[in-house]
Amino acid sequence: MSTETRTPTADIRGDTWSRKDLTAIEPLSVGDLTTLLNTAAAFKTVGTREIKKVPALRGQTMVNFFVEPSTRTRVSFELAAHRLSADVINMSASSSSLTKGETLKDTALNLQALHADIIVLRHSSAGAAQFLAKRLSASVINAGDGAHEHPTQALLDTFTIREKLGRIAGVHVVIVGDIRFSRVARSNIYALTKLGARVTLVGPPTLVPREFEHLGVVVTHDLDAVLPEADVVNLLRIQHERQRKEYFPSLGEYTALFGLTKARAEKLKPDALIMHPGPINRGVEIDSDLADSGRSVILDQVTNGLAVRMAVLFLCAGAYRG
Amino acid sequence: MSTNTTLLKNGRIIDPANRRDEIGDLLIVDGRIAEPSEVRDLKSEIPEIDCSGLVIAPGLIDLHVHLREPGQSAKETIASGTKTAAAGGFTSIVCMPNTSPSIDSPSVVTWILEKAKAEACVNVFPTGAITKGIAGEELAPIGSMFKAGIVALTDDGRCIQNHEVMRRALEYAGMFDLTVMDHCQDYNLVGKGVMHEGAVSTALGLPGWPAAGEEIIVQRNALLAELTGTPIHCQHLSSGGSVRLLREARARGVKLSGEICPHHIALTDESVRGFDTNFKMNPPLRTQRDIDLLIEGVADGAITVLASDHAPHCAYEKEVEFDLAPFGILGLETELGLFLDILVHKKKAISLARLIEMFTVEPARLLRLDRGTLTVGAPADVTLLDPGLEWTVDKEQSFSRSRNTPFHAWELKGRAVRTIVAGQTVWAL
Repeated sequence: MSTETRTPTADIRGDTWSRKDLTAIEPLSVGDLTTLLNTAAAFKTVGTREIKKVPALRGQTMVNFFVEPSTRTRVSFELAAHRLSADVINMSASSSSLTKGETLKDTALNLQALHADIIVLRHSSAGAAQFLAKRLSASVINAGDGAHEHPTQALLDTFTIREKLGRIAGVHVVIVGDIRFSRVARSNIYALTKLGARVTLVGPPTLVPREFEHLGVVVTHDLDAVLPEADVVNLLRIQHERQRKEYFPSLGEYTALFGLTKARAEKLKPDALIMHPGPINRGVEIDSDLADSGRSVILDQVTNGLAVRMAVLFLCAGAYRG
Repeated sequence: MSTNTTLLKNGRIIDPANRRDEIGDLLIVDGRIAEPSEVRDLKSEIPEIDCSGLVIAPGLIDLHVHLREPGQSAKETIASGTKTAAAGGFTSIVCMPNTSPSIDSPSVVTWILEKAKAEACVNVFPTGAITKGIAGEELAPIGSMFKAGIVALTDDGRCIQNHEVMRRALEYAGMFDLTVMDHCQDYNLVGKGVMHEGAVSTALGLPGWPAAGEEIIVQRNALLAELTGTPIHCQHLSSGGSVRLLREARARGVKLSGEICPHHIALTDESVRGFDTNFKMNPPLRTQRDIDLLIEGVADGAITVLASDHAPHCAYEKEVEFDLAPFGILGLETELGLFLDILVHKKKAISLARLIEMFTVEPARLLRLDRGTLTVGAPADVTLLDPGLEWTVDKEQSFSRSRNTPFHAWELKGRAVRTIVAGQTVWAL
């Protein structure tokens, strides 16, 4: 009981952190990433306690500003803020003045005038979070900007891999699917390669262009060939709501070539992890039973997302200012 | 004796139209270039300008300028845009028709010419839209606009996608000996592209604008210029592949020409990494390989014209998310300095005389303008240059109504120091 009552943040180190914002993984150092992951590990224990709340951000206000729809990321950030005792306001595109023609800059300045301390932004334009971060004294956390980055998703994926496999360096991560339009893929590529993982991208050339090789990864179009050497398979959601017919002919053909079917899963090493950022299309990028199997860590990712987001909020808003 | 007489003394006169490059004096009488011997007939109190150490060039011509009037005077006006041109060393500018309303009728042409007469400090030559509303579908009243005074046709800002419409427009324009200038962009290939498609767009997750989206239209234009015999001028070429296609077409005698803008040889797509919208233009900044090939095209004569694509936008319009910002940057005041610095001084791709030729004889010949020469009797449009002057770009000193330049604080070598239109100094450093 005594360990439960000590200051929960005592084992959380923020002294090496010097960033107001988290807009992208790409500019982070290995030290930054390690600090984030270690802080998340400490916060994860908070979620298992009877009293799941710590006072780290008491008195601070976080605005969940979602210009593009999202449920799980928004809820995860909201819960993370509550656990840190921050006040939370949720704003969506339809409830904001953006629909009345107000610019992003003006909306943000108004939020700042209301003394928001943290702005979590989900936006359809690449660079939107950086745009705000440059103009505001509030901490800006990128919850996804166009096809650019989704830093907290990459952190929670990386955290989950480290938790399950005990390391990142040397791990072979295969990311499958719509890479071209995926901010999740980009942030994962940056985080994993910085931490020494080997990354292979798989999908049709229309969704996995060769230019990705400039980011230090391998591009291939043959899933069957890479599965036996994968330690992790991360299946990205096929966003058929934004896909046009020139990228691939049909969902059926996609599944036939790139879906993780039961037959394909046989080729995986026994201890390989199956990941998915959600929401999953059962039967498209992943077989429905596999998604629910013991090899799938999809729900661990969701749980870890909370710890990671607590760490990000704590470091950018608490430790940075503290 | 004339009240409008000036003697430009002791400068290096570079007049490519007359193959002249020598130290001497240039006499201006009544707004025209006069015989030097006429000096003897004039009284002694002629105003003199000491041009020692300076180059006396024919007034420079920029055939790609957005003056934004009518309709977008918050960005630029004919008055502010021509003052900006003068400060860049330009005595003549050709303005693009994508105004509001667009220049697609003789009344708008006349309105611009009247406004220019009253407010412009340099010569303004309007272009007319090829199609009504620059929509790429129905021909604009080309003949009526020609009578009203347009010097060329273009749908700049947009590109006619229907090759049949382009073909008929070219045939029709041929009746008036009008050159058609084309913004080369295939809409299907480019889609929502906002920057060069390549390693950087892939890293940033921004929609890419592939070089092939320009090249395919350059090649279309080569074929249609050959088919119809009407000259086509490809505007603001950005891709190395376009230069190769242009060179090949010209080698087989096709009336195809091309221009480049300074930003396409001064900057690459790497500049977009900070999401600064002052690096967003159409066509987009490309790669170092493209820069090398564009400069090679200037050196070997495949590219014949240098232009700015001066495209002012209000600060509030540019200060938005990258993909939502309008395309384009200021150009008139930095253009000469950038081209001198890069093409003449640093890369030594062309001589100073050739650079002046590309700003005078070449555009004048292309659009049949009676400018760009210091021949006796010609309008006394003169630019005085100091090719070695080192200076620093300061956007706050711009005469434009806008400030959207990526070149703020750049250190450049070479610039204009005085601009003379019809014998009158309209700007001096």
